[in-house]
Amino acid sequence: MSYRRTKRDRVLVVDDDASLAEMLTIVLEGEGLTTAVCRSGDRVMAAFTQFKPDVVLLDLMLPGLDGMSVCRQIRATSEVPIIMLTAKADTPDVVAGLEAGADDYITKPFKNTELVARLRARLRRSDQLAEPLEFGDIVLDPAGHTVSRKGEPLELTPLEFDLLACLLSDPSQVFTRETLLQKVWGYHHPGDTKLVNVHMTRLRSKIEDDADDPRVIRTVRGVGYQAILPDA
Amino acid sequence: MGRLARVWRRSIQTRVVTSTILLSTLVVALTGWALLRDVASGLADSRRAAAVSEARSGFDYAQTQLDATVETEQSTQSQALTQMVDSLTRSRGAQRTYELVLEGPLLTDDGEVPVRSSAAIGAGSLPTDLADAVRTGPGTFWRYSDLALLGSSTSEPSVVVGSQLRAPGSGDTYALFYLFSLEDQQETLDLVRRALLLGGLAMILMVGGVAWLVSRQVLDPVRMARRIAERYASGNLEQRMHVSGEDDIARLSTSFNQMAASLQRQIRRLENLSRLQQRFVSDVSHELRTPLTTVQMASEVLYDSREGFDPQTARSAELLKGELDRFESLLSDLLDLSRFDAGAAQLELDTIDMSQVARAAAGDAGLARAGIGVRLVGVEAPAVVEADMRRIDRIVRNLLTNAAKYSGSDVVEIEVAQNDESVSLAVRDFGVGLSGDENVRVFDRFWRADPARTQGGTGLGLAISREDAALHGGTLLAWGRAGEGSEFILTIPKPEGSARNPALDPVYA
Repeated sequence: MSYRRTKRDRVLVVDDDASLAEMLTIVLEGEGLTTAVCRSGDRVMAAFTQFKPDVVLLDLMLPGLDGMSVCRQIRATSEVPIIMLTAKADTPDVVAGLEAGADDYITKPFKNTELVARLRARLRRSDQLAEPLEFGDIVLDPAGHTVSRKGEPLELTPLEFDLLACLLSDPSQVFTRETLLQKVWGYHHPGDTKLVNVHMTRLRSKIEDDADDPRVIRTVRGVGYQAILPDA
Repeated sequence: MGRLARVWRRSIQTRVVTSTILLSTLVVALTGWALLRDVASGLADSRRAAAVSEARSGFDYAQTQLDATVETEQSTQSQALTQMVDSLTRSRGAQRTYELVLEGPLLTDDGEVPVRSSAAIGAGSLPTDLADAVRTGPGTFWRYSDLALLGSSTSEPSVVVGSQLRAPGSGDTYALFYLFSLEDQQETLDLVRRALLLGGLAMILMVGGVAWLVSRQVLDPVRMARRIAERYASGNLEQRMHVSGEDDIARLSTSFNQMAASLQRQIRRLENLSRLQQRFVSDVSHELRTPLTTVQMASEVLYDSREGFDPQTARSAELLKGELDRFESLLSDLLDLSRFDAGAAQLELDTIDMSQVARAAAGDAGLARAGIGVRLVGVEAPAVVEADMRRIDRIVRNLLTNAAKYSGSDVVEIEVAQNDESVSLAVRDFGVGLSGDENVRVFDRFWRADPARTQGGTGLGLAISREDAALHGGTLLAWGRAGEGSEFILTIPKPEGSARNPALDPVYA
């Protein structure tokens, strides 16, 4: 995990609760991050454009515009990582939020270390690959953080890039959802495997011709996912 | 026999039809008997009246014959009478409607009395009282009697009419008996009896059939009500009974439907309440969680920098963090319980191996840190069930934590076993054990074995574990012996199986 950079990473905190927002900035500034706070859903886009954050911490319950819509608005213009804050881990809101484009979510209340670990996982540039990787007709370039398929560039979010890089880096291994949560999402504790499913579905819709008949990543039932070696 | 008794106990229709048949049999039998008696006596009476009048004219004729021979010898008189009998024997042949028996002349002393008969009937077979009456005095007498024919074992129902005749010259007396057969009447009677029997049987069957039809008419709606009630019981509240007409059955159906509708309303109301309650709990949780997050984050910041504080402030920061963690687990346990109470808890089923769960739980670092050894029994073979991994893991960890914290035992045993129906996992300790009703009360919310000892924990762990087990259709039961140890057996049914027969028997039972 190479995290040493001259530029301070920027976190946009979107939360209507003033105390929590302030507490978040205290903790994150303590971790050497630059923060900005937005307290209402309908002002997020303005703050986003002005602040240019490297990651967004987004509360799902917001006055003005709800978290889900904010998430979609941001995704429409940017691939910036989004982590949702939610008080209700068991509601359909979480899945809806993930499908709206969020990369991860954290359930309140959380430990500072957990929050920071997840943020770091999203801020970190993938270190799965040192050099460009060719895998069948897919080419991953870690330096430019770009992926192309048959020469055409693919629009992957950083998280999807990390997920793909992780799987393609070792085609001999079947990655369980728990392993992926650890490696890609930075989880220290067992987490929600729905998270993996949602993102895998979206990744497949971008890299496979037919998502029902995958040629790049296959599902190993009851275990996890594995890259399919391209025909030589 | 047992099956019949069961049908009798369970079917109103069987009882109605059976008792109707029994009662109508009794009535038909009584009526038939009375009817047959009347017919029999009527037939016999009319035959007797005819017989007596016919016999009378015969006696008159015989007496006239005797009177005509007044001048002649005694032997001639007797001969005249014998001739009368003989001529009858000859003349009537097979068509004669009566037989004659002549006794006499009767002597005053007990000598042999000559008997002459038109048929093979001995004087001895005549009814004795009738014979005596005729012999001793004048007048006409009659009796019904079954006459035994000589040389035949059968007897024939008959009317016997007798009278004394006196010869005017010699003063000799004779007894003359007319025997009229009642065979025709007997045949008629038999016919009537057969007809009555057949008619009675047919009637009993018909009444039985009618009882069956009528009871069905009444019982069908009742049965329908039963079926619909059963559907209500299984949660389908949309069913209604069909109402037609204005009779009692229709009124029953109407009341039944009203009851169903009111039940449905009540249930909807309760469902609504429960939904509201669930929403409330969920909202409260959200409202509580946001400030709790802030406070917890703040406490962590304070805790992380406690080394720069004076000792009291540093200790305060430690206590603050510890108790906030406890507050958080309490809040999350309460939310879990309220989800169970609201029936909102849902399983995320997966195929899981309980042996694997046991092995993973045994490897927990917390146990080793607390100096607790874990002994595994029967975890070599996979014991697969469909279950919610998160919940099963939570139960097992909870049981282990409890054993480590409260039993005082330094060894904990986990045993896994299975049968066709279920998989059981036991967690045993060899510590203070459970006494009295503690094996039941451990599952009570906020129950503690020793109220003075509140070593962290929420006091809700076992209550939640038992709800988790129940959500799988399984059981979590506790046993214990004071001073020896305690055990908890978790039983999860296999697909299509049930947890009624746990695969493990309690050691401390």
